[in-house]
Amino acid sequence: MVGAKGWRKAGIISVFLAPSLVCLLAFSLGPMIATAWVSAHEWNLIRAPHFVGFGNYRELLHDEKFQRALTNTVYYLAGYLPLVMIGGLALALLLNKRVRFVGLFRALYFLPVVTSWVVVSLLWKWLLHPKDGVVNWALSMFGIHGPGWWTSRTWAIPSVILASVWKDLGFVMVILLAGLQAIPETLQEAALLDGATSLQRLRLVTLPLLTPSLFFVIIISLINGFQVFDQVWVMTGGGPAGSSTVVVEQIVKNTFSYGRAGYASAQSIVLFAVILIITAIQLRTQKRWVFYA
Amino acid sequence: MRDRIGSRRPRAFGLYVVLVFGALVMIGPFLWMVVASLKTDRNIQQIPPTLLPDPATGRNYGRVVDAFPFWRFTVNSLGLSLTSTLLQLILASTAAYCFARIQFKGREIVFGLYLATMMIPQQVVIVPLFIEMRNLHLVDTYAGLLLPTLVSSFGTFLMRQAFLGLPKDLDEAAFVDGAGHIRVFFQILLPLTAPALATFAVFAFMASWNAFLWPLVITAGSQTHMTLPVGLSRLQGRFTTNWNVVMAGALITIAPIVTFYAFTQRWVIRSVAFSGTKG
Repeated sequence: MVGAKGWRKAGIISVFLAPSLVCLLAFSLGPMIATAWVSAHEWNLIRAPHFVGFGNYRELLHDEKFQRALTNTVYYLAGYLPLVMIGGLALALLLNKRVRFVGLFRALYFLPVVTSWVVVSLLWKWLLHPKDGVVNWALSMFGIHGPGWWTSRTWAIPSVILASVWKDLGFVMVILLAGLQAIPETLQEAALLDGATSLQRLRLVTLPLLTPSLFFVIIISLINGFQVFDQVWVMTGGGPAGSSTVVVEQIVKNTFSYGRAGYASAQSIVLFAVILIITAIQLRTQKRWVFYA
Repeated sequence: MRDRIGSRRPRAFGLYVVLVFGALVMIGPFLWMVVASLKTDRNIQQIPPTLLPDPATGRNYGRVVDAFPFWRFTVNSLGLSLTSTLLQLILASTAAYCFARIQFKGREIVFGLYLATMMIPQQVVIVPLFIEMRNLHLVDTYAGLLLPTLVSSFGTFLMRQAFLGLPKDLDEAAFVDGAGHIRVFFQILLPLTAPALATFAVFAFMASWNAFLWPLVITAGSQTHMTLPVGLSRLQGRFTTNWNVVMAGALITIAPIVTFYAFTQRWVIRSVAFSGTKG
């Protein structure tokens, strides 16, 4: 009896869990372990891999390109995250008022989210075209000589930030709006009765109760932000002259253009470590500022 | 809420001005894209830019389709995204059912593996993944494109939460009536997880429709299995200065998804919002 039941359970588990688990091991966990192994080798994917121990990591310490890629990734995040958070929060607060056509505005603001990164990157590359772009033309109306945007060493990363903020604003807005709507109206009304101004209500009632949603958005944006690739690849290709290179772009170029899969894997491991540490810090510090009602 | 007291109109007016301005910033670029795609090569470089195409031409769409097999890319992208989404839903919900409803040895450890992979972005494992696909002779095949997208630890987690949220009495009553796990799963529990399934479906579809890095790497050899985003990025290299052609190509790639979104936007947005409050 027990045996038959046990077999049935084993049968169910192998039908229900095995396909998923096999894929997980084969395409995620396995490759992760393999990344560590490859990172200890010099390998151009054609000849046999050659063991170099920590050689790739030692080289990383002195690799100016990689350091620039890391700095650029942080620079990107430092611009992107505050802008998308403040913009998304502002839109969410506006739409949380009892206005007409909320559904329409929400749908329009969300539209860039459903289009692909490649489309958004190409679109903004053209809008920000130094000569034919509509942005520089609009600036010239105000007598401003627009910068070279993605063709300029200084403005390449800001161009990527601009396109990315525009694309993700709607996503942040929708998540925060859902958080705002989950806040019980009685709390707002109580604060109103106590004579709180709208600014006080925002600071003392709305924002604290919104912290779980803010936390969710920040953690997702940070994890995604460190892997920024599509926009950079399409808009600047890491240029001009490597000035806007980012980590994933280095990984791709090292593997497929320079025949250095081992070195690229070492970069992957470093990127993974960075994401892991940042997320761990986030999770640790969340108790201090995230307020779960 | 304060506007109940008075001065309602001016404030509401100001609010709408801001909202409409925001809408213009978000929608304007798309409209400008449509206009650009209808301009001639000379018209597109005119400064100041003309607000409307002068003269209007549909030729750019023909040039896009001549340069690249865009219909093939569309079929590839659609087929791949739909297959991937469907399989992801099946794999995630069946695995989640095991984690939520079946007691077995090592369950927590196995679930821990899923949580651990949630931290592993695909970008990081791209090198061994490519080597693996090469060893399996799956470079530049549909299987090579599809396989690494099948399991989503985020989706498994989301579905497990959904199953855990359902009362145990439901399945216990069914077991008493003689139902097996398969019936309990398909007929009783799965339909009740519809909101979570919908959320996961939206995320999975958007992710695979927009995926760029993996398709770029795995289809690099030819155009046979290429997806829309990769094809579009190649278009830019071919028509470096003809932004009218590039914009026509971009419009072709977003047309299906924007049409779908136009009809389902309420549902899509509700699903995304759900991930923030429940995920």
